[in-house]
Order: sequence, then structure tokens, then C-alpha cells
Amino acid sequence: MDQPAPLLSVSGVTLQYKTKEHLITATYRVDFAVFKSDRFVLLGPSGCGKSTLLKAVGGYLRPVEGKITLKGQEISKPGPDRMMVFQEFDQLLPWKTVKQNIMFPLTASSKLSPKEAEDKAMAYIEKVSLSKFADSLPHTLSGGMKQRVAIARGMAMEPDILLMDEPFAALDALTRRKMQEELLQLWQDTRFTVLFVTHSIPEAITIGNRVLLLSPHPGQVKAELNSTGDDAVDPATGRRLSEKIHHILFSDPVEQKEVAHV
Amino acid sequence: MSEMQPLVQRPEFVHIAVATRAFGVVEKPLTLWERMSNQNFARKAFILILLAAIWQVYTTILDNALLFPTFTATLAAFWDGIVRLGLLTRAAFSLKVLLMGYSAGIVLAALLTIIAISSRLGSDLLETLTSMFNPLPAIALLPLALLWFGLGNNSLIFVLIHSVLWPVSLNTHSGFMSVSNTLRMVGRNYGLTGFRYVGKILIPAAFPSILTGLKIGWAFAWRTLIAAELVFGVSSGSGGLGWFIYENKNQLEIPSVFAGLLTVILIGLFVENFIFRTLEARTVRKWGMQS
Repeated sequence: MDQPAPLLSVSGVTLQYKTKEHLITATYRVDFAVFKSDRFVLLGPSGCGKSTLLKAVGGYLRPVEGKITLKGQEISKPGPDRMMVFQEFDQLLPWKTVKQNIMFPLTASSKLSPKEAEDKAMAYIEKVSLSKFADSLPHTLSGGMKQRVAIARGMAMEPDILLMDEPFAALDALTRRKMQEELLQLWQDTRFTVLFVTHSIPEAITIGNRVLLLSPHPGQVKAELNSTGDDAVDPATGRRLSEKIHHILFSDPVEQKEVAHV
Repeated sequence: MSEMQPLVQRPEFVHIAVATRAFGVVEKPLTLWERMSNQNFARKAFILILLAAIWQVYTTILDNALLFPTFTATLAAFWDGIVRLGLLTRAAFSLKVLLMGYSAGIVLAALLTIIAISSRLGSDLLETLTSMFNPLPAIALLPLALLWFGLGNNSLIFVLIHSVLWPVSLNTHSGFMSVSNTLRMVGRNYGLTGFRYVGKILIPAAFPSILTGLKIGWAFAWRTLIAAELVFGVSSGSGGLGWFIYENKNQLEIPSVFAGLLTVILIGLFVENFIFRTLEARTVRKWGMQS
């Protein structure tokens, strides 16, 4: 019972956002806690508010109810202690080279001097094996390479927590597999804490050591499971983890989903 | 026909890639002609020469120096203007006034757009002002300007600011509005706010639109200046290019009128092809934001 305090704690968080015509409740009273060096995955079908939840942790959105705290401090605005990696390829600044893109947040937040920032940037560029492209501009890179730069940029800041919003979703399947392996390898090296959003069950099982399952419309916590990364068979039930997740997520009667979409 | 066709069975095979040495051409330099036609400069020069040739042929056939002098006569008048009539000082005078008005207009446009992006009311203000004043020809304000600021450069600068401010603000603002949400979130993620956020994220990200605004503003400023000088003549000292054109028209020195127009055109070509093009090549093209 001697558990350390969580790094990130989300308690009773209800999130709402407005579109032109509706006020939408994205999540309802969600609780979870992320500990240091966790690879925490938010998994759920589209419309379960997982991306909205990540944006709230990023500080772009204030919860209407509940509290999000990082190291005991309530999150009120975006900041470089929570680096985001987005799904979109256009997240790199097109007017900066790969190296400058990684250096920029380090110097902009006055974390490091330009010289130190350059050394650190080069070290992380090496980690994502893009040394040859350090001076290339983003538009000359492929989608997978851009995402690797974005990951290097996030990691170089050595944030308290890395927030990844479906970073591999726009990649082709082969690149995606490779990127997942690379991310795990990087985690082995530096043991960073990551909060990872995905809608893919296999990706959640591969990436996460802890998987939070959310139900849609609005997002509510359904379950929180451990994963060993290899889709292991649970000896008690004789079912694979993926089957278990599938069962939990899709056991609801179908009508509920249909109604909520209107 | 009802029977299903069996799948065709084929053996599997694995190839080993041929060494590059075995190829004929992997990389080959382009011919001189191919490289020439890739040169923007060469293509444009070709168009200019063609236009000059058409001008020359047409006016030689027309043979009426009073209505439309030949290209060579215009060139001669141009040279004469430079040597004898001080065409270059006139052009320099116009350019000086132009640059003063243009830069003041840009500074004001920058202020206005910063106000516009910092609040919704500011954005409404910009939209209202631009929709009110953008369609208003700058030259129509000149009588008022002369009344307020008297004869002199100040009136010209006032109408120049009016002609530059609105199109530049409008373009810059729409550029800011179209910066992708991801880039905005990235900037805020870095903890950038206020002027640093505008300067380091919004301005470079909106640069294609800003550049368009600057080009349009430049053209508007030229038109306004020449028109103002033409209509109201000399405002102080020697007068600029517009006054040069006006004077020569009065004296029926039509080749010199054409020489004055040619100067405007040459300056326009220079600014577009050297200054703006270089700026473009070093920014938006290099960044892959424009092909």
C-alpha cells in the first residue's frame, strides 16, 4: 500500500466544448492517474472524448467539473512541461530545419542556451536516426520522418509528460509498426512518461503498460487494464487481452451508439 | 460458365537488385537549352523582347509619332530624359515619397492586424474599416489631404498610407486567420504568448498571404502616387515621375511621355522580379509553402 504519488492525476473531469449549434459533453467524470515512466494509453472508439481529454491535459481546455493536476499543480494553460505530439504532419514549423525545430522550444522556453540546445537537439536527432536530415526543411521529409522529428522535439524538452495524440494514425501500416517499435526502444533508453491516445486496439496493447478504456458519447471510464505488450492470454479466462478489450468496448447494445450520434 | 475458374498457379521468385553500374543513365546533366528554359529570368526576358518587337513593328507600320512613338524612339527619349531632363532625379523623388508612404502604411497595417488578432472586437474593427475604406480610391482623398496638410509631400504620404494600409491589413489578417490550428497549438505548447507568439509563429506561418499583401500594397502605392502627381501636378520642389509625364504631354513630347511610363514599368519589373522574387525564394518557396 506504499504507492508513490501520481505524476498526473485526472479526477472527476467533465469536459464540454461548443460547436456553432451545440454544447457537447465530451467526457463525463473521468478519473485516472499516470505514474512516472508509465506508458499510459487512452483507448476508445471515435467520439469517446480521448483527444479532448488529452487537450485538457495539454491545457488547451478547462474542465467544467473536476481537476487535472501535474505534480500536484493544477493545469491552467499550455506549457512546455507537457509537450504534445500531434497526428498532423504540419505540426513542424515549415520555416525551420529539423534541427532548428527541435532547438526552438528549448531556447524559446529559455531552458537551455543556444549552444546547449543544439547539442541536445543533435543527440535526439541521432536517437530517431535522422542525423543525415538535420539541416533539411520539413517539407522535404516523408510523413514518418516528420513524426520522428516531432517525437524527438517532444523528447528533447524532457517534459514531465509527453502527450501523443494518435501520432501514427496518418502513417501507412508498415511505417506505423516500425514507429511503434522505435518508440518503445526510445522508452527503454530514457523511460519517459507518455500519455498516448489511440483508437487502435493492437497499438494500445503494443505501446501501453496501462490501458484506459473509454465508452463513447460522452466518454466515461469503462476499464483500466495492464498490458505486457504481447497480447498475452489471461490464464483465468483463457482469452487474449485484445479479445477482452474488444469485448469490453463493444458489449454495449448497438442502439446506444446510434442514438448518441444525433 | 457456372464453373469457377481456378486461380492460376505461378512459381515464386526472388530477384537480386542490379548494381547501378549496369545502368546506362542514372544522372545526366541537362542540355544548355533545357537549362535555359528552366531559368525564370531567361523565359521572362524572352517575353519582354517579344513585346518590344511587337511594339516596334506595330508603331513602324502606324507611323504616327504623336499617337504612339516607336520603341526605339521611346528608348532615345528615355536616354535623352536621363541625360538632359533629369529623369532619374524625378524617379528618385517619386521613389522616396513612395517608400515613405509605403513603410508608414505597413507599420500601421501591422499595428491594426495585431489589434485585430488580439480580440474579437479588434477583428470586427478591422473588418469594418477595411470594408469601408478599401473600396475608396486613394486619389479621391487627395483634395481633402491637400486641405489638411497643404501642398507638399505630407499630402502625398497621407494618400499613399491610405492606399497601402487596407490591402496589406486585409491580407495579413486573412493570413493569420488561416494559420493551421495545429501550428497555433504548437506555439502555445511552447509557452509563447503575445508578441513572441505573433512574431515567431503567426507571421512566418502567414507569410504567403503577407507577401501577397505587400505586393498588392506596392502596386496600389505606385498607381496612387503617379495619379496624384498627374492630377495635381507638382506639390513641392522638382516634382516626380507623374509630373514629368504631365509636363511632356503638355509640350506634346510624346516619346518623353512614353519614356516616363517606361520608367514606371521598369521600376515595377525590377521590384517584382528582383526584390519580391528574392524574398519569395528565400522564404515561402524555400519552406515549401508555395511551389
